[in-house]
Amino acid sequence: MTLETAPGLEPATPANTSGSVFTAKNRVQAFFEAWPPLVLIALFWIALIAVLVVGAMWIAPYDFMALDLRARLIPPVFMGGSWAHPLGTDELGRDVLSRLIVSIRISMVIAFLSTMIAAVLGVTLGFLAAYFRGRVEQVILMLIDAQAAMPFMIIALAVLAFLGSSLFLFTVLMGFYGWERIARISRGLAISANERGYATAVRDLGATPYRIYSRHILPNIASTLIVSLTLNFPEVILLESGLSFLGLGVQPPMTSLGNMVGYGRDYIQSAPWIMLAPSAAIVLTTLSISILGDWLRDKFDPTLD
Amino acid sequence: MVEYLLMKIFRALVTVTLIVSAAFVVLRLSGDPAIIILGPEAPPEAFEAFRRNWGLDQPIWVQYLKYFAAVFQGDLGVSMRDGRSALEVVSERIPLTLAITLPALFLKLCIGLPAGVTAALYRNSWVDRLIMMLSVAGFTVPSFVLGLVLAMVFAVWLGWLPSGGSDTWAHAVLPTVTMGLVGAAVIARFTRSAMLEVLGQPYIRTASAKGLLWRDVVRTHALPNAAIPTLTIIGFLVGSLVAGAVVVESVFSWPGVGRLLVNAVANRDLAVVQVILLLVGLTMVGANLAVDILYGMVDPRLRIKRLKAGS
Repeated sequence: MTLETAPGLEPATPANTSGSVFTAKNRVQAFFEAWPPLVLIALFWIALIAVLVVGAMWIAPYDFMALDLRARLIPPVFMGGSWAHPLGTDELGRDVLSRLIVSIRISMVIAFLSTMIAAVLGVTLGFLAAYFRGRVEQVILMLIDAQAAMPFMIIALAVLAFLGSSLFLFTVLMGFYGWERIARISRGLAISANERGYATAVRDLGATPYRIYSRHILPNIASTLIVSLTLNFPEVILLESGLSFLGLGVQPPMTSLGNMVGYGRDYIQSAPWIMLAPSAAIVLTTLSISILGDWLRDKFDPTLD
Repeated sequence: MVEYLLMKIFRALVTVTLIVSAAFVVLRLSGDPAIIILGPEAPPEAFEAFRRNWGLDQPIWVQYLKYFAAVFQGDLGVSMRDGRSALEVVSERIPLTLAITLPALFLKLCIGLPAGVTAALYRNSWVDRLIMMLSVAGFTVPSFVLGLVLAMVFAVWLGWLPSGGSDTWAHAVLPTVTMGLVGAAVIARFTRSAMLEVLGQPYIRTASAKGLLWRDVVRTHALPNAAIPTLTIIGFLVGSLVAGAVVVESVFSWPGVGRLLVNAVANRDLAVVQVILLLVGLTMVGANLAVDILYGMVDPRLRIKRLKAGS
């Protein structure tokens, strides 16, 4: 850089052959250093998933519940099937691709809403603990410990079967996953943010605690929170698909990725594609979001685990 | 130290109480077992008799106190499904769950610890990248997908191993390997970051600068220090043995505690669900307590710090 701007030297332009090769190479290198190929692939996949979630109803070639008993268990196109059903059909002749798209939509919407619930719950409790300290903080910390002490899968199993198959309650239940980590992080961050000059300044100006926390502290710790939410998201997807796989999550006629794997498993011998398509979708999506989350963490906040 | 231990035990008991209470409230409030067991068509007298029989007609707090009193007397209720003691129903499944979870734990440690240490020692080399990639894959592939893929390859295509059941030792291979591989990824990742943390410490540089061979630095300075945080994650894994078995046992039709839980939940067999919740809670809390005690034993710094803090 200093060379290019040094007096007496011609600035490197694309027209300058020797210089242009040099800078072009650097630019490519710099681009891939800033955006590692794996992250780009992950982003591409997430964008694809986002398009599918938004446009599921227009993109899916068939109605996901439409039966076609004359077209049962047709293999996907790369296993000897036809383009009429690119990913084949299941035991009732339902189009696997259409079901997959709708499943992705439902699983992602549940995971997104649940993560949001966990974020609101975690940040609120974390901030309350940071603001009140003392006894309130002790109670919240004890709740955090109790939640962390019990595998969430077990709690969820018990609660779910007794709540029945309501999609709404299921989403709320999933929203309790991971709140304790977010609460712990936001409590710690809020306590240290309170010591900073900006918090003291607005407090001295007479701002209410609500205003200090929502308008000043929250925006300042948002990047760390977003990273930890990104890492929470794939775990919720895994939890939801695990419970739906066990037949205790999203109930038919609705469909979700875990749900598809669950019934596809009965056809593992005769029609493995029913199970493989949603499995691949789960793995690629959670992998992409994890890669993105790890990358964001390394970029913005290496101290967070 | 004694005071510290008592404090830990007290907190553990509080946690267990919270878990049992939450389980009790949720289980009793959210469904009427009489309808589930007898069916909605049963005559009203049958409902009355059933509710009286199981004490469901009393106020919830009376049921709650009675439940606690019974738990402390070792009476954990009767399975509503087969009429035997719930404790008996659960405990006859425990050996089957241990038969796959203990070898799986061994497998996790045998793969995870060396992989994590190697990745840290050769940081940013291709070995490190490969191990971390496999580890991330282990995190993101759900255990039921891994289990089904293994079943497809080794049971359906190759025909080497059975895909479900529990008749011979061969039936235990796939569930054990599935759980082992998933857990190994967790341990490898954690061990790597614990090891990297230690390798960045000044005492490692000192040991290296005074002329110690690198492998001796690793053996006598790095490994023992990295073992301390790694204990935590191992404690957590021991505590969550049953929880980890829920999905895998269901995939491979392995009749252990995990599968019993899924069935009991589906049948609303309250007593059995509560016994399993209590079992999981106790193993979790017990494992955490054991880790806390081990911490104090292997790390003299913690002992001193606690004495100074006076807690």
